[in-house]
Order: sequence, then C-alpha cells, then structure tokens
Amino acid sequence: MSLNAYLILSTILFCIGMFGVIRRKNLLMLFFSTEIMLNAVNIGLAAVSKFHGDLTGQMFAFFIIAIAASEVAIGLGLLILWFKKKNSIDLDTLQNLKG
Amino acid sequence: MFEIVAFYLFSVLTIVMFCITVFTNNSLYALSALAAGMIFISAFFFLLDADFLGAVQIVVYTGAVMALYAFGMMFFDSLSTVKERIQNPKLVFLLTGITALIIVVIFVAPIVGSNIEAQYPVHPEWGNSQDVGIVLFTKYLIPFEVAAVMLLVAMIGGIILAGKKMEISYSEMSEEEIDTFENQINQKDAK
Repeated sequence: MSLNAYLILSTILFCIGMFGVIRRKNLLMLFFSTEIMLNAVNIGLAAVSKFHGDLTGQMFAFFIIAIAASEVAIGLGLLILWFKKKNSIDLDTLQNLKG
Repeated sequence: MFEIVAFYLFSVLTIVMFCITVFTNNSLYALSALAAGMIFISAFFFLLDADFLGAVQIVVYTGAVMALYAFGMMFFDSLSTVKERIQNPKLVFLLTGITALIIVVIFVAPIVGSNIEAQYPVHPEWGNSQDVGIVLFTKYLIPFEVAAVMLLVAMIGGIILAGKKMEISYSEMSEEEIDTFENQINQKDAK
C-alpha cells in the first residue's frame, strides 16, 4: 500500500470525527468524536513515519495518545460536575447568558 | 497481497464503526462501536511496522480511556436515547467537507514541495520497541517528562473534579434522610 492510501483513510476518519463534533449536541458524544479525530491523525503520523523511514511520526503519535488520555480524565471530571449541577449534558445548557 | 487485503478490510471496518459512533442515538452503542474502532485502528499500526504503538493503542484506548468513559457513563442516564436538535444539516455537511479539505491542503502542500530527510532513521535489525525506546529516551526525553507531569496533573484534577460531594453515601441513608438532604441541597442552590 502507498502512503496516499493511508493518508486518504486518515482524512476520511478525520472528516467523520469532525462531522460528529459539528453535529452532536450531547457532550459525551462530542468527546467520542474528538477521540476519533485524534486517532485519525495518529494513523497519518504512523504512515508518514513508515514511508519516510523516520521515527519522529511515531513519537508524535505517542504524545498525542498521552494528551488524549489526560483530556479524557479532565473532561469527564468537568462533565460529571456539570451533570450534578444542571442534570443534563446537553451542549445547549452550557450557555448562561441570554443573547 | 496480504497487506492490501488487510488494509481494505480494516479500513472498511474502522469507517463503519466510527460512522456508528457518530450517527447513533444510543450512547451505549456509540461507546462499544468506538472501542471496536480503536482496536481496528491498532491493526493499521501493526501493518505500518509500528508494533509498540499498536500495543499502546490497545492498552491505553480500549483499556484506560474506554473504561473511564464507561465509569463516566454510570453517572449519566445512558440507556435513554440521546435527543438532539439539529437545525441545518446541509450546512453542517458543507462546512465539514470544506474545513477538512482546507486542512489536508495546508498540511500536504509543504510535504509535496520538499524532499524530507529522515532525522531519526528506523533500524530494522533492532526491532520497533528498541528503536522507539532509544529515540524516546534520548531525543525526546524532555517532552516525555513533561507528558508524565501532564498525566499526573490530569489524574489529580480528575480525582478532585469527580470526587466532590462523594463523602455522602446514599446507600447508607434511609428514604426520609435522603429526602431531607436533597431538599437542603436544592434550597442552597436556589439561593
């Protein structure tokens, strides 16, 4: 398989994730879509790493995984706090100011 | 031949799983489809000779991240279907396509123009894990330490954020006690 095939796959997955981020109104689903986008980028980085014979891409993928893990921990903590306060995890409840 | 078959099989599976995650209205389906998609993605890492990354993907995503989501979902009413109000679906499709295209063009343009030299070349005779370890602990040592501190901060932050008001156990209280307690909290919030 060529580099292009992997990059196209990565782009398709990224589009799915981005569509989810724009479409979803539920905050938990929004987190899922973010994970999809991070994973799509990881595939692209690993593919570039292999086809250029360079390990830097894999290094960046590792750091992205670390960032994703900490994002989930903090994000879920905030989400639980918000759910306790408002009893809903809908994105529309996040606005307090009426415009 | 084997690589081509595996690539197409796993790309179809991954795309289907992530589409289920994005389009379903049941959050349990979304969670399990996301976990399956993560495992299928690790197959790409194995195909790309990044064995260590594939193992980390399975351990971190399906082991840690999915377990965290599952624990988080116990706090929410996850069995009911997700109600969502979408005002302008065509606009969403258009915006997604345009933004993704622009991002691809931005990132591909400099790569096409210039020849890249490998800064940290791969040594096939060492094996992937050893290669990754040597580069990670020499050239990327400081980012590695910073990532470790970041994970520690995230862990403490997650415990503090999720652990508030957890010293009260509803299972040890009688019905009347719970009612009076919740009334007190509601009065506090109303103030």
